[in-house]
Amino acid sequence: MLLSYNWLKDYVNVTVSPSELGDKITKSGIEVEIVENLNKGVSGVIVGHVKECVQHPNADKLRVCQVDIGAGELSQIVCGAPNVAAGQKVAVAAPGAVLPGNFKIKKAKLRGEESNGMICSLQELGVETKLVPKEYQSGIFVMPSDAVPGSDALEYLNLHDHVLELGLTPNRADCLNMIGIAYEVAAILQEDIKIPEVSYTVSEKSAADFVSVNIESKEDNPYYAAYVIENVTVAPSPLWMQNRLMAAGIRPINNVVDITNYVLLEYGQPLHAFDYDRFDSKEVLIRRAHEGETIKTLDEQTRTLKDTHLVITNGTVPVAVAGVMGGADSEVQDDTKTILLEAAYFDGKRVRAASKDLGLRSEASSRYEKGIDRNRVVQAAERAVALMSQYAGGTPAGGKAEAGEKTAPLYHVSVTLERINKLLGTAITTEETCKIFSRLGFEYEENGGTFTVTVPSRRPDITIDADLVEEVGRIYGYDRIPTTFLMSEARPGGLTPLQSGRRKIRAYMEGAGLYQAITYSLTTLEKSTGFSMNKEEVYPVSVAHPMSEERSTLRMTLIPQLLEVIQYNQNRNMTDVAVYETGSVYINKQESLTVLPEEKLFLSGAMTGVYQEHLWQGEKKKTDFYLVKGILEGLFEELGLESRITYEQETVDGMHPGRTAAVKLDGIVIGFVGQIHPAVQKERDLAETFVFELNATALLTAETEQMVYQSLPRYPSITRDIALLVDEKMPAGDLYTVIQESGGALLKEVTLFDLYQGDRMEEGKKSLAFSLKFFDPERTLTDEEVTKSYERVLKSLEERFGAELRK
Amino acid sequence: MKDRLEALKVEALEKISAAADLKELQNIKVAYLGKKGPITEVLKGMGKLSAEERPVVGAFANEVRDGIQQGLDAKSTQLEEAEISKRLAEETIDVSLPGRPAKKGSAHPLTSVVEEIEDLFLSMGFTIAEGPEVETDFYNFEALNLPKDHPARDMQDSFFITEEFLLRTQTSPVQARTMEKHEGQGPVKIISPGKVYRRDNDDATHSHQFMQIEGLVVDKNVRLSDLKGVLETFAKKMFGEERKIRLRPSFFPFTEPSVEMDISCFKCSGKGCSICKHTGWIEILGAGMVHPNVLEMAGFDSKEYTGFAFGMGPERIAMLKYGIDDIRHFYANDIRFLKQFRNV
Ligand SMILES: [Zn+2]
Repeated sequence: MLLSYNWLKDYVNVTVSPSELGDKITKSGIEVEIVENLNKGVSGVIVGHVKECVQHPNADKLRVCQVDIGAGELSQIVCGAPNVAAGQKVAVAAPGAVLPGNFKIKKAKLRGEESNGMICSLQELGVETKLVPKEYQSGIFVMPSDAVPGSDALEYLNLHDHVLELGLTPNRADCLNMIGIAYEVAAILQEDIKIPEVSYTVSEKSAADFVSVNIESKEDNPYYAAYVIENVTVAPSPLWMQNRLMAAGIRPINNVVDITNYVLLEYGQPLHAFDYDRFDSKEVLIRRAHEGETIKTLDEQTRTLKDTHLVITNGTVPVAVAGVMGGADSEVQDDTKTILLEAAYFDGKRVRAASKDLGLRSEASSRYEKGIDRNRVVQAAERAVALMSQYAGGTPAGGKAEAGEKTAPLYHVSVTLERINKLLGTAITTEETCKIFSRLGFEYEENGGTFTVTVPSRRPDITIDADLVEEVGRIYGYDRIPTTFLMSEARPGGLTPLQSGRRKIRAYMEGAGLYQAITYSLTTLEKSTGFSMNKEEVYPVSVAHPMSEERSTLRMTLIPQLLEVIQYNQNRNMTDVAVYETGSVYINKQESLTVLPEEKLFLSGAMTGVYQEHLWQGEKKKTDFYLVKGILEGLFEELGLESRITYEQETVDGMHPGRTAAVKLDGIVIGFVGQIHPAVQKERDLAETFVFELNATALLTAETEQMVYQSLPRYPSITRDIALLVDEKMPAGDLYTVIQESGGALLKEVTLFDLYQGDRMEEGKKSLAFSLKFFDPERTLTDEEVTKSYERVLKSLEERFGAELRK
Repeated sequence: MKDRLEALKVEALEKISAAADLKELQNIKVAYLGKKGPITEVLKGMGKLSAEERPVVGAFANEVRDGIQQGLDAKSTQLEEAEISKRLAEETIDVSLPGRPAKKGSAHPLTSVVEEIEDLFLSMGFTIAEGPEVETDFYNFEALNLPKDHPARDMQDSFFITEEFLLRTQTSPVQARTMEKHEGQGPVKIISPGKVYRRDNDDATHSHQFMQIEGLVVDKNVRLSDLKGVLETFAKKMFGEERKIRLRPSFFPFTEPSVEMDISCFKCSGKGCSICKHTGWIEILGAGMVHPNVLEMAGFDSKEYTGFAFGMGPERIAMLKYGIDDIRHFYANDIRFLKQFRNV
């Protein structure tokens, strides 16, 4: 809502400057976003009277004018506007004047003719084109004939005014009009409020002679009134009214339309003027639209309606979409003589349905949606009738044709002083509270600390005691409320194991040299899946009306977006990237979504390029499978799970079939680690990239045993190495497991320390060397014991894998 | 004989002084003091001396021996020192060359901001509550006093999946769920961080996905003044001790009264600058006293219990704190961007 400072003064005595007013309004609850000076730096612009206007001798498009600017002798001004003519009062920027953008006016010669300044259009004075009346959009502005030459033109145009832009929250629809704001300002400044007095003379005819009103549903349309004004002359509205409309961001059209808009701004009551002669009936019927019914609206568009929309009809066909837009066929035109003026209270839900479906939002529809003051419908209509009789030459018929109930039932809300102070933490007195309610214009009764307030119909947002507490608090002033500390019992806060586990992962990953990424949960349908080891049937979850294909579907894997991060960085010459993300994936196992999808926390990473290097020493460690696996191994140790994790060769969509391992926790797959499939790398223009994806929820909720201290060995350990010749396809992990299983209780540590595959080796074989460490914390081992164990191991390996001892 | 000894001493000391290394010194020692050395030779001839002369020459011979030994020791120390300095000189490296870099990644700046806020509230006895990102219309709106057709639903245009399910537009549904779990028994004292989603076109100041942190306290006797106290502590911790706060009345469907909190501008300290749009104040968060309808819907008796709630955007806080000008930086994950937050 745009609030003209000068206009506001009609209703309340404003004792402070525009910017002070802005501060005060903001502090008491309505955010003033901008205080704008309508004077955009303009000075020296005065009224001129064009006495003579002739064709420029050397230029087709220019006219040479002799203008009385109140200076005694006439000023010659060259003007290029097509609409300039002798006899007009115009705005003249004389030499020395300044126009917006600090544009200084000087004497000039235009095609040989002297020009003492310029005649201005409204745009040249800083008015936005969209607000300038159509007739003046491509020319100069013509001022009223009574304007005095030489006087300040900006005064006539109200361009010394300030406009406050109010950011209204949905509950304060009462401030979508001047009178509502006046109540608010009156409460803040502790001033009285003045409502316009309305009176007009009527003819012997009565509105009921012209038209009758019928409402189909009182719920959709609780009240509807029709007024009739005869003999109107459609013409421009008075300049002061045009100025106020422009200040409020509405373009002046003609007196009839301007008056309905003016009253809309003044009372917050949408009005609609039909041309009675084009209305084509003596009946107004308000009903639901028939499904598929059409109407041509004011903007010449044919609209198809639904049965959730409310329409005004002439008994047969729709002539307006209630509260949204009028029809083209009954529109007021230049030759309109008789006005049928609608003032109604429509259900906001109906207006909202139509305005949403038709994509039409207007000053009127937004007010209906937010709720208007039913008790103001008649007042506003009569104000409009009075203005039409005064400024459009109209003769109102007596009374009104109406249907429904014009007054809303009054209701009361009570609050106790104790409740006010308990909720705010204040010590406000009864007297102060009474004073605040009076300032707000609320009628109330006070009885033993209980206030019973009759809620004014303009404030439907007040329904419960807390609403009154807020009113008292905000007028009392939030800066006067003390600062206190919670009195609740002290309890320790703290993280859940899952939350601290997540932080542990973060700290570990950072230490391992990975950067944390946060990517979008919504992606394309294609990228939402893939990289999946999910053996069950899953159905992607897509939003109903995506803003783009790129952000349409919830992800089931984090990897595609981490690959995008790598691509993004590669495109910016950063080829060495290591990132990870912990974030939710959304798993839906139903064909149609009837329960919420399962949200699992995933920990995923992607790494490429050089992991670590020391340039001048020529050291370079490239990212490879074992590096990434090593990082995961460290993580599992950090989480105390290392002995329960196993790896197995696995095929995963989009992954290199020979370089990918499933990661299992207690034998159950919880993720994978590996290299991106070369075909995918090529498709995405990626260098060798390694990724992992783990179900972090599974990792962090795995039961772990309380850590128990193992006493340090007091007796020496014995180490034996074993070098084996095996089939080259034999996974080292299998040998490792068998060694551990067959080694017995004394075997405490197994380490692979050599792998050899090559020329000196028998075809199809490889050599693996393990170091076996034996000890007993209680005693010194004998050689025989160790040898026995070693031989058991060797025997098992020979039997299970055909391994040969290498000498 | 004495002369012979004297001459030997002079000769030995000269050689010692000229020795170039410890090995040569060792040879000198063996040559002069060894069992086959000249001093031993000289002393073998002592039998020929008279009884008076013998002790005198004996004493003198010991004197010579000690003298040579001292010379050897002194030279030895000198040579050892020289050798150490030589080795140290050889081992000298260029300490100005860069070291071998230790690997270090970093947390995302939003995580840092969220954890900083979490830690502050944890220290005040709050716990962290979390909930699903795909929510029901009921928890996201209705339980928060936003029935269907409420005009304020327009304030947050949502990604609906079905009629009933949507991507949550706020973390407040976690508050509703937590209160429900408490079955009408206070106190409730939580903060809930998380991702939320709204139908906004991504640009420098809008993102269809962003983070939110909300707080909720429900107990007997919770007052607006307590909210003021908690928020003041928060503002000073996050933005500096000298920050002032200001509450302005506002509107949120789930609180009544509702407020917005501004902090005094940390850039210009209230004089007015571009960050605070020349007002001296910066809008930081929305808050209010929990609406009685919300309490009742979650099973709390609104006559007995009151509460406050607040909500803020970590992106906004990070942007203000670090002067980041484009919200899209948080989601592009440019390594050069992420690297800058290694020490926060
Ligand atoms: Zn500032």
